[in-house]
Amino acid sequence: MSSKHFRFPVFGQVDYFGQPQHSAASYTPSEEKQRTTDPIVTGSSVIAIKYNGGVVMGCDTLCSYGSLARFNNIQRVKQFGPKTIVGYSGEHSDFQSITQLLDDLVIDDQCIDDKSQLSTEEIWNYLARVLYNRRNKVDPLWNNLVVMGFDKKTDKSFLGKVDLYGTCFKDDYIATGYGQHIALPLLRKAYSPDMTLEQAQKLITDCLRVLFYRDARSSKRVQLSYANANGMEISAPIELETYNWDIGEAAVKSFDQV
Amino acid sequence: MYRNQYDSDITTFSPSGRIHQIEYAMEAVKQGSAAVALKSKQYAVLVSLKRSSSELGSYQKKIFVVDDHIGIAISGLTADARVLCNYMRNECANYKYVYESDMRVERLVTKVADKSQVHTQRYGRRPYGVGLLVAGYDQTGAHIYQTCPSGNFYSYKSISIGARSQSAKTYLEKHFEAFEGCSLQELIVHGLRALRETIPNSDTGLTSKNVSIGIVGHDQPFKIIEDEHTAPYVTIIHPYRHILEMIDDEQAEPMQTN
Amino acid sequence: MTSVGSGYDLSVSTFSPDGKIFQIEYANKAVENSGTVVAIRAKDGVVIGVEKIIPSKMLESTSNRRIHSIDLHVGIGIAGFLTDARQLVLRARDEAKQYKQVYGQPIPIKVLSQRIASFCHAFTLYGSVRPFGCSITVVGIDSYGPQLFLIEPSGSCIGYFGTAMGKGKQAAKNELEKVKFADITCREAIKLVSKIIYSVHDEVKDKDFELELSWISTESNNVHQMVPAPLKDEAETLAKQALEEANM
Repeated sequence: MSSKHFRFPVFGQVDYFGQPQHSAASYTPSEEKQRTTDPIVTGSSVIAIKYNGGVVMGCDTLCSYGSLARFNNIQRVKQFGPKTIVGYSGEHSDFQSITQLLDDLVIDDQCIDDKSQLSTEEIWNYLARVLYNRRNKVDPLWNNLVVMGFDKKTDKSFLGKVDLYGTCFKDDYIATGYGQHIALPLLRKAYSPDMTLEQAQKLITDCLRVLFYRDARSSKRVQLSYANANGMEISAPIELETYNWDIGEAAVKSFDQV
Repeated sequence: MYRNQYDSDITTFSPSGRIHQIEYAMEAVKQGSAAVALKSKQYAVLVSLKRSSSELGSYQKKIFVVDDHIGIAISGLTADARVLCNYMRNECANYKYVYESDMRVERLVTKVADKSQVHTQRYGRRPYGVGLLVAGYDQTGAHIYQTCPSGNFYSYKSISIGARSQSAKTYLEKHFEAFEGCSLQELIVHGLRALRETIPNSDTGLTSKNVSIGIVGHDQPFKIIEDEHTAPYVTIIHPYRHILEMIDDEQAEPMQTN
Repeated sequence: MTSVGSGYDLSVSTFSPDGKIFQIEYANKAVENSGTVVAIRAKDGVVIGVEKIIPSKMLESTSNRRIHSIDLHVGIGIAGFLTDARQLVLRARDEAKQYKQVYGQPIPIKVLSQRIASFCHAFTLYGSVRPFGCSITVVGIDSYGPQLFLIEPSGSCIGYFGTAMGKGKQAAKNELEKVKFADITCREAIKLVSKIIYSVHDEVKDKDFELELSWISTESNNVHQMVPAPLKDEAETLAKQALEEANM
């Protein structure tokens, strides 16, 4: 393996300003194909937890262009059919193409009109197959997907994750992106399955706040999504309450005056 | 047996808008031995009559497992049925791979029908010469379908196909309204009695050798009951045949069995 | 002029001496043997009504639908061979999907209709295939408003305000000619379509039938769907009443 594989150690980070590669230096056979090897416009963490009676998911609304906070009002969750919500981190455009797949799937269901719809778990499994398939073509869809839903008939909530390798699992709490490192330990500590909605909401916003402090690709504009007996809901963007940065200004001024 | 000049090609309409080749293929279904299908709310049952070509030969299999939740009974060209059965098994397996769940019966049957249609519109092919009774159980309940060589399919409460199936149909039409609340065993007995109608009186009648039964339903994966295992059911309808018919005439209600 | 026995009517790739392709006309015959289909383009949407003949009382009522959705905004009503028409439905769904993938918006009804018509037409060109034994109406709402097209086995595709196919075609057309299409609403059209279907149904020749009704209108959020039960029941009772009065 050449050293170029190790140029970008951090997920989502692209070296746009490095030395240009001289193509003459290496021989490229004509049948060689360029695949997505790096994501370009990326969303950061998604966090979701099951509580007593449903699921809550939270994520910010930022899509970064490398390290630039480029698009700060992008909804990173989407509802598919009446009982499923999917949130993503990773490449925004790849998720848009996944959106098309799932929309087609839901419309197919509706057209067949046999009073049956894909369950959340079926959608999650479908996504796992799609992503695994693409990874086997060495042309991955660069996303971590969090799938959640609530089935009113069986009164059961669902929470599952799929990554860009097609790895999939279900869990009571899930975090993706930087949240895997920062939020997951916090969740492990604070989580209990009989949490109320309010407790779950608080836990999620706390995690998102910590991520805002620690993750340079995050923002404090967040959205919470809910799946429970009342149906599905994706909230409008909320500003997280954070440390009051004005306090520092006095110090800076006094430093200036010295 | 020269009928007319419009009946030798699958790609030729007759002046009255019929396609005789399709209708002839439908006749092939009537050459096979009879099969009966019926369902209650919870269960679907297939009952069929097996033939053997000689004393030394075994009986020709009539019921096939497609998946845990679907089975078929066939009438017509057995070789064609194997092709369709194989196709159905494949479709179910693929569906399970993608969604980790059981394929809905109607969607499978639709696919089989659409596949059959293609063979009725192009020169150089012939329609499948087989009719299927499909019994299945999915999230929308128990189902019975009949498919035809023409590519048509029908969802029935109960139905029969094959040689002398009209007699079985007459029995079913008389009793089908009571099937909905029947137990599994009652259904099987009704099926056998319907099947019995298709056998000429001179024949040996139903024995545990020439009957096969397929059952599927709630908490009941598709299962074929054959040979000595059919004996309990066959004896129910056999020794008391005449007495039962007398009871039947008095009270046209489903028989109580334990 | 006779076609039978002339030898010019056995294949779709043969013209008769007077310039006809008899196989296409025979395919139209298959359509005429089918249950009646009526569709009306109203000012706020489109309504399809189908007389679905029920050959056996043991059939489930959901069996053999003659109205299908293609996309959220498109529906199809079928007269003739259901099997052939289902191939068209599958094709239409693919076309709609593909259009959305490429252009990012729902396929216009006219474009879809013309694409299906081209597909039908291809089956009238070669001796190795036969034409589709079905006519279909394509209905929907797009940026041009409510649309209604009729596609025949020949591959023709024509827009209509109101149209009828199948057995009761002529009688239904006579009724349709009285309609003021610029004023009629979907709710009125539902009642009218039901009335026409009930009046053209031949009780002597055909067994039971079931009325299938679908609509796409501003009231259904521009989504093609089966008419909701209360509306349908109301229309059916009115249709039955009208029929009884006519018979008295």
